[in-house]
Amino acid sequence: MKATHATLAEKFIADEPRTDWHDETLWFVREKRDKAAHGLPEWEQLREWGSQIKNHTLSNLSDYLKEFEEKATANGIKVHWAADGDEHNKIIHEIIRKHNIQKIVKSKSMLTEECHLNEYLQEHGIEVVDTDLGERIVQFRKEPPSHIVLPAIHLKKEDVSATFHEYLHTEKGNNDPQYLTEAARQHLRDKFVQSQLAITGVNFAVAETGGFVVCTNEGNADMGAHTAPVHIACMGFEKIIPKAEHLSVFLRLLARSATGQPITTYSSHFQKPRPNQEMHIVIVDNGRSRQLGREDFRNSLKCIRCAACFNTCPVYRRSGGHSYHTAVAGPIGSILNPNLDMKANADLPFASTLCGSCTNVCPVKINIHEQLWKWRQVIVAEGYVATSKKIGMKGMGFLLSKPKVYRFAGKMGRWMMRIVPFVANNKLNVWYKQREMPEPPKESFRDWYLKNGKTNKK
Amino acid sequence: MSAREKILNAIAINQPELTALPVMDRNVLIRYEDVYAQFKKVLESIGGKVELIQKITELKNKLIADKASGNFVVNAIAAIGEVDNQVVSFTASELEKVERAYIRGTVGVAENGAVWIYESQMVNRLLPFICQHLIIVIDKPAIVPTMHHAYDSVDVAREGFGAFIAGPSKTADIEQSLVIGAHGARSATIYVIE
Repeated sequence: MKATHATLAEKFIADEPRTDWHDETLWFVREKRDKAAHGLPEWEQLREWGSQIKNHTLSNLSDYLKEFEEKATANGIKVHWAADGDEHNKIIHEIIRKHNIQKIVKSKSMLTEECHLNEYLQEHGIEVVDTDLGERIVQFRKEPPSHIVLPAIHLKKEDVSATFHEYLHTEKGNNDPQYLTEAARQHLRDKFVQSQLAITGVNFAVAETGGFVVCTNEGNADMGAHTAPVHIACMGFEKIIPKAEHLSVFLRLLARSATGQPITTYSSHFQKPRPNQEMHIVIVDNGRSRQLGREDFRNSLKCIRCAACFNTCPVYRRSGGHSYHTAVAGPIGSILNPNLDMKANADLPFASTLCGSCTNVCPVKINIHEQLWKWRQVIVAEGYVATSKKIGMKGMGFLLSKPKVYRFAGKMGRWMMRIVPFVANNKLNVWYKQREMPEPPKESFRDWYLKNGKTNKK
Repeated sequence: MSAREKILNAIAINQPELTALPVMDRNVLIRYEDVYAQFKKVLESIGGKVELIQKITELKNKLIADKASGNFVVNAIAAIGEVDNQVVSFTASELEKVERAYIRGTVGVAENGAVWIYESQMVNRLLPFICQHLIIVIDKPAIVPTMHHAYDSVDVAREGFGAFIAGPSKTADIEQSLVIGAHGARSATIYVIE
């Protein structure tokens, strides 16, 4: 059986101090987000504008994409369309082949993760160097990123030190982040200077101008894109926004929501290739047009990939990104991935407490927790839940719809937990895992109310 | 049917009914009593340095001294000395040796410490990113309160490239420890002309 969120999370939480550390580290990022958000009195208004601009864009998407293509082409950018991940990979491979390119640098792009571009190119004997520090760390370790903004957030500096010692020959046991970052800087500057192709993601593509914006703190997207003779920018089609003035809203929301910074260090606006440079944009569907047609789920396409929902999620913080077994983890991943492959990702909408914190921090007001709940219903209706869960739910449904049976079961339960506690407190009961069962009350609330409720009324 | 038609057709069928764009009322935006003070405060909090000077010519001597130090210093500002136009055709391996670059900025943003720089002000697109230390010069009256105002003052489609740059390059990818100087400039000093 394929590993599910629950089984992968179980491995993650086996190391309790590390789980606590992971939890606290991400909560710290969430707190920085709060501080940044509260610093702007218009924050809620900004979220509303962001949401409305994205809603409007989705409602006029085909025209905006055509407008973008026309303007970008006029700017000298070559626009490609890819119906799925495979087409996306083939387009890039073809450009590489045409130019006989050997040296490739790539800045962060969750889309290329979603399409498994690196693996595809590797199968064809082509190596891609990821240049975001966190991505380079996990690439050395042959792991996927565990977070879309902080790819190596699951690692401690000792892990990074050991990895760099192995691949970059840094001093053994030197765990100083400054020292390790400097080593990566030297290593990657070498790669930038020699690069023949730079692949980047796209944060926002502007229909009105045909240009696109890429945001980084490290400067790695720029180092590659302004060096290599060929630049390929990859975007899911939902990255489009109507006008340049709308960038103000999204750039104000993005970094504050992501890390609590007022803005990323670099917000680079690409409009035309440099003289003698080739610039390509690959616009990818890969299930997005299908998601657009699902009324209950379409507004997941408003996402600007800030990861605020990750950092706030009690389940993500305590289970780690790799438990989600997909390129985009966290609450937003759990509503995007069932659209890509419902069967393979049927477990994800259940990896949530439905507390709603994700929805509350989302800068573009995606109703994430409601969609998680709705996906559960779709997944059950399609028959993609485990039989044990189905039987359990049916049993609960029966019990809760018959008051007399429910009362009797409650009485039996209380009696059992008092007299024969091992019936509940054993390994077969999944609710008992990592939990102490509570002291059973002497009577139910109903019994108490029947006795005291009326007399206590004034 | 091509991928393009397939995608655009599917979108046209599946996209919801047209909704309106919001009308953005600028009255709700944050106001700063002193936009320069705010700009300086934010930029310093994200690792940048800000200095107020009276006249741009004050930087002439600094540039001369910098160049005399033997380091590779590139000037892109006509008002403080000869512009090193030759760097326009420099390769990355040549630019990699740039210690310091002097670049003019168009607009400063008080809310986040970012400065807009057009490609023409950079001479070479790569320069502000690859140099070890970045010096940007802006006019005090060109500091605006928020990004909304900033986009009023710049035309992003005017040139081939442009960027908002807010302080030095940084990363926190190792255990959330902030390290200044990831791939780009290790320091960013912004001179603001009174």
